[in-house]
Amino acid sequence: MTTTDAPVPPPAPVVKTGPAVPPGSGARRRSDGSVLNVFSHGVLVIWAVMVVLPLVWAVMTSFKDDSSIFGSPWALPDRLHFDNWSRAWSQAHMSDYFLNTVLVVGGSLIGTLVLGSMAAYVLARFDFPGNRFIYYLFVGGMSFPIMLALVPLFYVVNNMGMLNTIHGLILVYIAYSLPFTVFFLTAFFRTLPTSVAEAAFVDGASHTRTFFQIMLPMAKPGLISVGIFNFLGQWNQYMLPTVLNTDPDKKVLTQGLVQLAVSQGYKGDWSGLFAGLVMAMLPVLAAYIVFQRQVVAGLTAGALK
Amino acid sequence: MQHGKYGFITGFLAAPLGLYALFVIWPFIQSIYYSFTDWTGLSPEFSMVGVDNYTRMLHDDIFWKSLTHSLLFALLLPLVTLGMALFFAFMINVGGRHRKGGPVVTGVRGSGFYKIVYFFPQVLSIAIVALLFAFAYNPDSGAINSFLRGIGLDSLQPLWLGDPSLALWCVMAVLVWSTTGFFVVLFSAGMASIPAELYEAALLDGAGRATTFFRVTLPLLWDTVQSGWVYMGILALGAESFAVVQIMTTGPGGPDYSTTVLVLYVYQKAFRDGQAAYATTIGVALLVVTLAFAAIVMRLGRRERLEY
Repeated sequence: MTTTDAPVPPPAPVVKTGPAVPPGSGARRRSDGSVLNVFSHGVLVIWAVMVVLPLVWAVMTSFKDDSSIFGSPWALPDRLHFDNWSRAWSQAHMSDYFLNTVLVVGGSLIGTLVLGSMAAYVLARFDFPGNRFIYYLFVGGMSFPIMLALVPLFYVVNNMGMLNTIHGLILVYIAYSLPFTVFFLTAFFRTLPTSVAEAAFVDGASHTRTFFQIMLPMAKPGLISVGIFNFLGQWNQYMLPTVLNTDPDKKVLTQGLVQLAVSQGYKGDWSGLFAGLVMAMLPVLAAYIVFQRQVVAGLTAGALK
Repeated sequence: MQHGKYGFITGFLAAPLGLYALFVIWPFIQSIYYSFTDWTGLSPEFSMVGVDNYTRMLHDDIFWKSLTHSLLFALLLPLVTLGMALFFAFMINVGGRHRKGGPVVTGVRGSGFYKIVYFFPQVLSIAIVALLFAFAYNPDSGAINSFLRGIGLDSLQPLWLGDPSLALWCVMAVLVWSTTGFFVVLFSAGMASIPAELYEAALLDGAGRATTFFRVTLPLLWDTVQSGWVYMGILALGAESFAVVQIMTTGPGGPDYSTTVLVLYVYQKAFRDGQAAYATTIGVALLVVTLAFAAIVMRLGRRERLEY
């Protein structure tokens, strides 16, 4: 939070420069700054409105009935039609999609973190022939277009009899989350001190025990960052389930909603669909507002390679 | 630490590596192999056809359309998104001007609030965002056109996604909406690590905001901008553009293939038209484009950096 240009001058918290700026030019800059500040504030406010407005509009629409959705899209709802929400939850199968998503993402996230940290630990802290090769094999996966592999992948999964299954989806999610997870955690394990692990090993702990009882707890901050990154990526995944999971009963939230939108063309329950959309948006938005710092740190750690 | 070392290494690598090889590497290798066959994907039989798929691709108008659109996504989208994000981040972090007694470099008031709000779309699924905007773009009852009517622009009622010359831009605008905030936060983090002395020096030399931005902020932030460009470009060539185009545009792929992109074309050839081999051929083209894109941006970026 930088609220440093609050209009209360005397007890300024951090004074980085004292009288270095000549008084005359300071006054000139202030006036020059205020004109520009109006402009920059204006632009910033406009973008903030553009970000928030579609979301507010969606929430508002989810409480309206069908006729007013089409008749006057910007009008406030005449009353709060909570039935949209209950209809979406039960009749439009949002509850099923939610459950499927929770199962798939829960399983994938645990699997990704366990397998990813195991591989990363070995790659970061042990010398063995092929270490670099395996590392680059994993990391190379970050820049490959998934779509290229998706066609044969469909048949691999099909041959294993795991098409349209929750566990099949979980395994594929884990596999495609490994490149970034291994990359990130390898860097992280390299920064952890060796002395603790060596001490545990001298005391008679096995490699496996050292890993699970000493190293993994020490790696918690890294696991949280990469966990948030993977959680959002897997929760929001659309392409993989679209190809590998076409059974209507097994659909996850994103594809379930798209499916609903397509079939709404015939059924016409738009208000229910909006309720479903908002239902799918709210949990992540709420989680983001609560865990804002961790989410931002987790996601930006992903891009700052 | 030698005792049982290799057993431990094997044990820890077996499961992750096995899963990764089976579901990621093996399909990649297979797809390159399949691109030289006439495999339909529907039956297990196929035969080698050499480079037939590749010659077919070079004569395929829809392939070239998809390629053009994909390149537009990879080049224009990062340009607009990163440009806007840099501007917003600069305003938020450095844009506030010196007040008497305060620090020399300040953000505008409420910068923390902006950073939180701008990041909203980033946590939402691109599929959900695409659905939401598909409603907003609806020409008769959508939020955008009724807003235009509301402010008296009754004559201006574009078909948006239904208009072949507009649809692609509408889809791109959605990706700009959903990704700008992420880069605002990313660049803000980068700007926070630039030493304040540099700004103070620029200020004492009488530099205005534009000069400060182009002479101090941008050069020092260049590495982040560059990796952001690669990151955004790969997203725009792959998963993100697939979701928006597939969900939002009619067809999907738009009227007269006006919004189709390479990644969608691969999907349609493989899973709609039963031409798995040809689909993987287009997939190989997509891989080449992606790698070339990353290499070019990295190379251009390096040259740029030497000037400073």
